[in-house]
Amino acid sequence: MAAPCVSCYAALSCRLFLGGRVSLSQKQGVWKAAAAELQTGTGSQILRLRHTTGVSTKKNVAALRRETYTVDFIKKQIEEFNIGKRHLANMMGEDPETFTQEDIDKAIAYLFPSGLFEKQARPIMKHPEQIFPKQRAIQWGEDGRPFHFLFYTGKQAYYSLMHEAYGKLLEVEKRQNQLQAKGLFSEKTKTKDLIDSRWLIKEELEEMLVEKLSDQDGRIAVRRVTCLVSRSSYYAQFIRLLERLLTLHCGSEEEFVQRFRRSVTIQSKKQLIEPVQYDEQGMAFSTSEGKRKSAKAEAIVYGHGSGRIKVNGIDYLLYFPVTQDREQLMFPFHFLDRLGKHDTTCTVSGGGRSSQAGAIRLAVARALCSFVTEEEVEWMRQAGLLTADPRVKERKKPGQEGARRKFTWKKR
Amino acid sequence: TMLRRMTRLLSGARQLDPGRFLHRGSPAPQSLDAHLDDQRPRAVSCTSEDDPVKTFNEACLMVRKPALELLHYLKNTNFAHPAVRYVLYGEKGTGKTLSLCHVVHFCAKQDWLILHIPDAHLWVKNCRGLLQSSYNKQRFDQPVEASIWLKNFKTANERFLSQIKVQEKYVWNKRESTEKGSPLGAVVEQGLTRVRNATDAVGIVLKELKNQSCLGAFHLLVAVDGVNALWGRTSLKREDKSLIAPEELALVCSLRKMVRNDWHGGAIVLTLSQTGSLFKPRKAYLPQELLGKEGFDALDPFIPILVSNYNPKEFESCIQYYLENKWLQHEKAHTEEGKKELLFLSDANPGQLERLCAYL
Repeated sequence: MAAPCVSCYAALSCRLFLGGRVSLSQKQGVWKAAAAELQTGTGSQILRLRHTTGVSTKKNVAALRRETYTVDFIKKQIEEFNIGKRHLANMMGEDPETFTQEDIDKAIAYLFPSGLFEKQARPIMKHPEQIFPKQRAIQWGEDGRPFHFLFYTGKQAYYSLMHEAYGKLLEVEKRQNQLQAKGLFSEKTKTKDLIDSRWLIKEELEEMLVEKLSDQDGRIAVRRVTCLVSRSSYYAQFIRLLERLLTLHCGSEEEFVQRFRRSVTIQSKKQLIEPVQYDEQGMAFSTSEGKRKSAKAEAIVYGHGSGRIKVNGIDYLLYFPVTQDREQLMFPFHFLDRLGKHDTTCTVSGGGRSSQAGAIRLAVARALCSFVTEEEVEWMRQAGLLTADPRVKERKKPGQEGARRKFTWKKR
Repeated sequence: TMLRRMTRLLSGARQLDPGRFLHRGSPAPQSLDAHLDDQRPRAVSCTSEDDPVKTFNEACLMVRKPALELLHYLKNTNFAHPAVRYVLYGEKGTGKTLSLCHVVHFCAKQDWLILHIPDAHLWVKNCRGLLQSSYNKQRFDQPVEASIWLKNFKTANERFLSQIKVQEKYVWNKRESTEKGSPLGAVVEQGLTRVRNATDAVGIVLKELKNQSCLGAFHLLVAVDGVNALWGRTSLKREDKSLIAPEELALVCSLRKMVRNDWHGGAIVLTLSQTGSLFKPRKAYLPQELLGKEGFDALDPFIPILVSNYNPKEFESCIQYYLENKWLQHEKAHTEEGKKELLFLSDANPGQLERLCAYL
């Protein structure tokens, strides 16, 4: 496997790009050179990039144009990507036919472990469509006549989309009027599940249309009226139109609208629910742990009780003389409305007064999960009761007095 | 300040006729909760100063079990036996001082002579003027504290001052002396006017009262709050910065003699307090810890009475009192959940509850 590995590696290395988007402000010439060398496939591209940058910065400073990738170039990249994918699958011992993008990511993370904090700075291998920015093909023919009828509006894709959407709106209204006239209009409201999807954001729409949607300036549109028309951006108008379409309960146009909605990432509802344990007297209890800064706590919550809490064998009133700490302890119980119903025993060590309180709160909340319904667990998770606080003390940097505080600046 | 207010309350209390409860606007005491058996007129006030008695226009005590127990014992005291010592102890903020005040009030009603020291800790720390005693060269005098106490004593026991006669002759200095048979009031006056001799006046008063209570003319109640101060350490220093032991303070010595049960005709009620005590850990509340070996031996034997946090019923009545007097303004205070929250946060500790409700 050694020899084929090396060659595959070489092939792979061409495909690897450091960084998400290759949108450096490079000159076109540089890129062409890089592209040519890529196709020869000698050496790593990254090194070459740095090399050529150093050489040609001084020239072509004036001609700062966005880099253009030819269609052939993109096609070549796609082929190389597929070949590289197959090589990678072979290397990992998987089946090249069923090698998905997730598998690619895992393999790359395994082969090139990186300790960098910034996720986008780590090595990635993705389909060229996602890496190279989308570019528009030439939009006019040889005679200079544009292909699209809305070319001279400036934003042809945007206006054609609006035109289409408005056409659908009119169609739906016409249909509904017809149905109403016939009397067959049913009031059934097909409210789609709008909760787990959201509209595209402006950046995503721009990406889709490959056009810049700047803020619309009302002044230009209405010259006769001296006062400023309220500024409404292109994006806002588009969204408004789509929402209007939605309110008319169109059954057929749903896929059209769904194209512009993205599903909200469903939160991982995987909470480890500890099972309720039973001790000798038949009393139900559950145990769990919690951490905050450097304090670790372990809590045992009993099913039936009168709301007494013992911390390290001491009553919580004496252990936490500050009201704020006791309020932290109260939060999980109060949230679930079970203030006087559970007895708790906890052990805590490390940290300070406030972090110990936070650690116990987390432990108690996790322990209460086993006594409580799934819905309430979800509520607790949304309230932030079940998340461990990731804040720790920031490191002190050299040349500064603290983590953020700089030394006193003296003018002379 | 809490205990200073207490003295003024009690001195105000004694001015009323015994048999009627306090419901006048007496000056500046602390917050007391009301739950007495018989009806009383309650005036609701709209002002919100940090002085609840002025706010509520009354001073009310909550009758709780420890106090009731004590009163029961007191009612059944046999005055022929040496004075019994009762020690109220408990966690911080559970109501020992107030129970003491309840007992004192009761005895005032019963026409006993009250010897009340609001806080013995005040005598062992933060004293400004320390004089070398004229009576006994090795001891130190505290004129300021002594004069304060004499003033309170005077207002508290006015009736007795003229009745009790001094049994010896005391010479203050070359010009002044108190003859035998003159009323005790004269000694007190002397102490108040001549501040230098105030401590000695206090000592004399205590000695006389001890001797005379055995005769049976009156019942004597010695009530000391923070008695663990008498046997702990002081934070006072001599001019050469060396520490003073409590034995070297004249006031402390006279008080210790008072608290020894070698007299009869009354009772001694003591309270331990960690709040003002010096050099003791916060979680200590047992008599042994707070008194130290010396104090424990000196006070042994005694009857300990534990004062604990509120019962659910007591807690309820406390909240009801606040609500009736419109002290709790928060909307949620009326609801069940609000009460549960308060219960949890204060853990049925009276002191904590008061502090919580202070800004509700």
